[in-house]
Amino acid sequence: MSGHESTYTPNSAFERWLDKRLPIIRFANDTAISFPTPKNLNYWYVFGGILAVCLAIQIITGVILAMHYEASVDGAFASVERIMRDVPFGWLLRYIHANGASMFFLAVYIHMFRGLYYGSYKAPREVLWILGCIIYLLMMATAFLGYMLPWGQMSYHGANVITGLFGAIPLVGESLQTWILGGPSIGNQTLQRFFSLHYLLPFMIAAVVILHIWALHVPGNNNPTGVEVQDVEKDTVPFHPYYTVKDGFAIAVFLIMFAVFVFYAPTVLGHADNYVEANPLVTPSHIVPEWYMLPFYAILRAITFDLGPIDAKLLGVIFMFAAIAILFVVPWLDTSKVKSMRYRPVARQFFLGFVVVCVLLGWCGAANPDDPVIPALQGEASLVVSYTDAAGAAASSTYRGGDEAFTAAEAFIATLPVTANASLEAVPAPAFAFRHLSLILTFMYFGYFVLLFFLGLSEKTKPLPESIHKSVLKAHKPKTGTAVPAE
Amino acid sequence: MKTFRILAVSLAGLAFAGLAHAAGGAKHPHAPEGGWPFEGVTGQYDKASVQRGYQVYKQVCASCHSMKLLSYRNLGEEGGPFYDPAYPNPNDNPFVKALAAENEIVSPVPNDVGEFDLRPATPADRFRSPFPNDAAARAANGGALPPDLSVITKARVGGASYIYSLLTGYPDFALYEDRITEENGETVYTTVIDMAKFEKLGEYMPHHGPAYLIQPTGQYYNPYMAGDTKPNYLGDPRHAPPGGFLAMGPQLTDGRVEYTDGTEATIDQMAIDVSQFLTWAGDPKLQARKEVGLATMVYLGILTILLWFSYKRIWRKVEH
Repeated sequence: MSGHESTYTPNSAFERWLDKRLPIIRFANDTAISFPTPKNLNYWYVFGGILAVCLAIQIITGVILAMHYEASVDGAFASVERIMRDVPFGWLLRYIHANGASMFFLAVYIHMFRGLYYGSYKAPREVLWILGCIIYLLMMATAFLGYMLPWGQMSYHGANVITGLFGAIPLVGESLQTWILGGPSIGNQTLQRFFSLHYLLPFMIAAVVILHIWALHVPGNNNPTGVEVQDVEKDTVPFHPYYTVKDGFAIAVFLIMFAVFVFYAPTVLGHADNYVEANPLVTPSHIVPEWYMLPFYAILRAITFDLGPIDAKLLGVIFMFAAIAILFVVPWLDTSKVKSMRYRPVARQFFLGFVVVCVLLGWCGAANPDDPVIPALQGEASLVVSYTDAAGAAASSTYRGGDEAFTAAEAFIATLPVTANASLEAVPAPAFAFRHLSLILTFMYFGYFVLLFFLGLSEKTKPLPESIHKSVLKAHKPKTGTAVPAE
Repeated sequence: MKTFRILAVSLAGLAFAGLAHAAGGAKHPHAPEGGWPFEGVTGQYDKASVQRGYQVYKQVCASCHSMKLLSYRNLGEEGGPFYDPAYPNPNDNPFVKALAAENEIVSPVPNDVGEFDLRPATPADRFRSPFPNDAAARAANGGALPPDLSVITKARVGGASYIYSLLTGYPDFALYEDRITEENGETVYTTVIDMAKFEKLGEYMPHHGPAYLIQPTGQYYNPYMAGDTKPNYLGDPRHAPPGGFLAMGPQLTDGRVEYTDGTEATIDQMAIDVSQFLTWAGDPKLQARKEVGLATMVYLGILTILLWFSYKRIWRKVEH
């Protein structure tokens, strides 16, 4: 709450002198020390602090890695390995940086789901939410650019797929793609510009983070009840020491999980193909992005049909970008006056469904689109004999069943003349494949936001607590009965 | 709230689990009996095994495979197979010097008259590459490029177990049969394997034979190699064996290497040793990583406990 009165009193002559010229100590005091924060924030609210730590870790390790990295197609792969082998603690820096990206996204996804659950995007916090969406978009761009730098197989071919998306844009697509790559295909110039931008974007993220915190401090924090602060005395506590210690505890727990990955499973989140140096002539059998991009990758591949003049590829690109773009307008899509899903029993169920849809989309993104979702439900493959019949036309004959189908197919081939050029092939039985599931989930993803619009108009909500202070007292009453685990 | 929590946890779990997917159609690699000593929170390399593995690499693999990211000095660095605490600088280690000098390399820098001499390698030199360039390597290997082995265990799903499974997974040459057929009036000679006799296939073994797999010229079948066997399989294509073909034939035969430490050089032993050597080559800082990791965990654990009690104390008078 920017309106809160400053509690800072300069103690020394220097502080008084500085306070008249640049009240930076006052500013720090008012934003990080005395800032009134709702007293009922639960552990879902610690991820903002965790994200700040993640950004700092990425920038610090990144700056040092950049001192040793060589952005050239001939030297990039070897220079990354040199960091791992010859730079003192280089292996630690690189593993922190590589796993740090995953930790950053894990935290940001929880942070975003928290915002969606407690309605933190609603008035007066729309700008705060949009700034967050911009940070997320910048994070995705930074992660994508950074994944190119080790110059492994997945780096190269992943970048090829993603930059190829721009090529799907009508009229300007091809020129745009060439402009982005700096040439007709990915080459040294692409790697160098990706490195340059990968170094630039984190500082842009840091700048937007400052705006994000500013926009947070104007209306103040939302809280699990969604009821605004009415009485600063009763409803809030100063940020320090109450939330510095709570966030500090959560950050330490988060760092333990982070360290488990860095020290005991440093490569488990990566892809084996990225330890093979990039080779434009060999395409990996299965190109997949990092896990945090998978849901969007699933949406991209879910669209396999043309819609009027728009071909499937462009439509997939449109849907993928729309999946992110829709987040920007959530504040106006959700028509409900009640912020927190705690008091929206129907919307709450749909929100939980939305989380499941996002997770399942990630699963689809990792899978081969043609594979059956549940292999056990797929019937046995049939055998198809393709041949040229007496009239010279292509013909085929299908056999189903177990071993006897193979015997029958063999016997049939034996009856055909040599000129029939018969061949035998196994055709998998039709099944509910990942591309079907992806398509359904894509519509469910967008459906959630549409639903928010109509649900808000008609939903019967539970009564809201009068104030944060009252809600806290209420929550503690049943303590006399059964023990409730502390938040 | 409880469901919200469970969902969030499964979100993280599933997202991470979604990453692990096996390469298409190949048999899942397995660790040797007893597992790998370097696995687990405190696991370290078996130094003697890595030393023997270097010998297998040197005498078997190195005739075709390069290891361009490694230098001989790496062998004598801390965590390496020939590390000697008496020589913190591995370039001074006489044993490492001797190992390096066994290899004759083309000097990477020109001599006084601008020519590149052949000379024995020093610890500072990179591992000798068997071929001057990729084209030469392909030409000598029937068009196939032997992959660089520097980070091979990280570059393959399954890591050390993949290398071990691949090296020990080949069908025995005794299973190879010559098959003579008549096609369009011509006699065709092919080499086949009867999959119904290939017991290492386990659950994938066809129940009744003959189920022939045709061996392409210069290619060798291995159930752990990613690929497709359908075009070469003469049986029911729905039950084509797992795996694929690669240009490297089975390399390890009993006694191929005479171990200097007297260990019996069985196929299994050599495969274990060389897999462990290659794992060390790809991840030479494993020892340091686990040591720093343990210290970090202890530090973070204590910090977390202290912060928890600070939190409880600071908030004790605030209802929240």
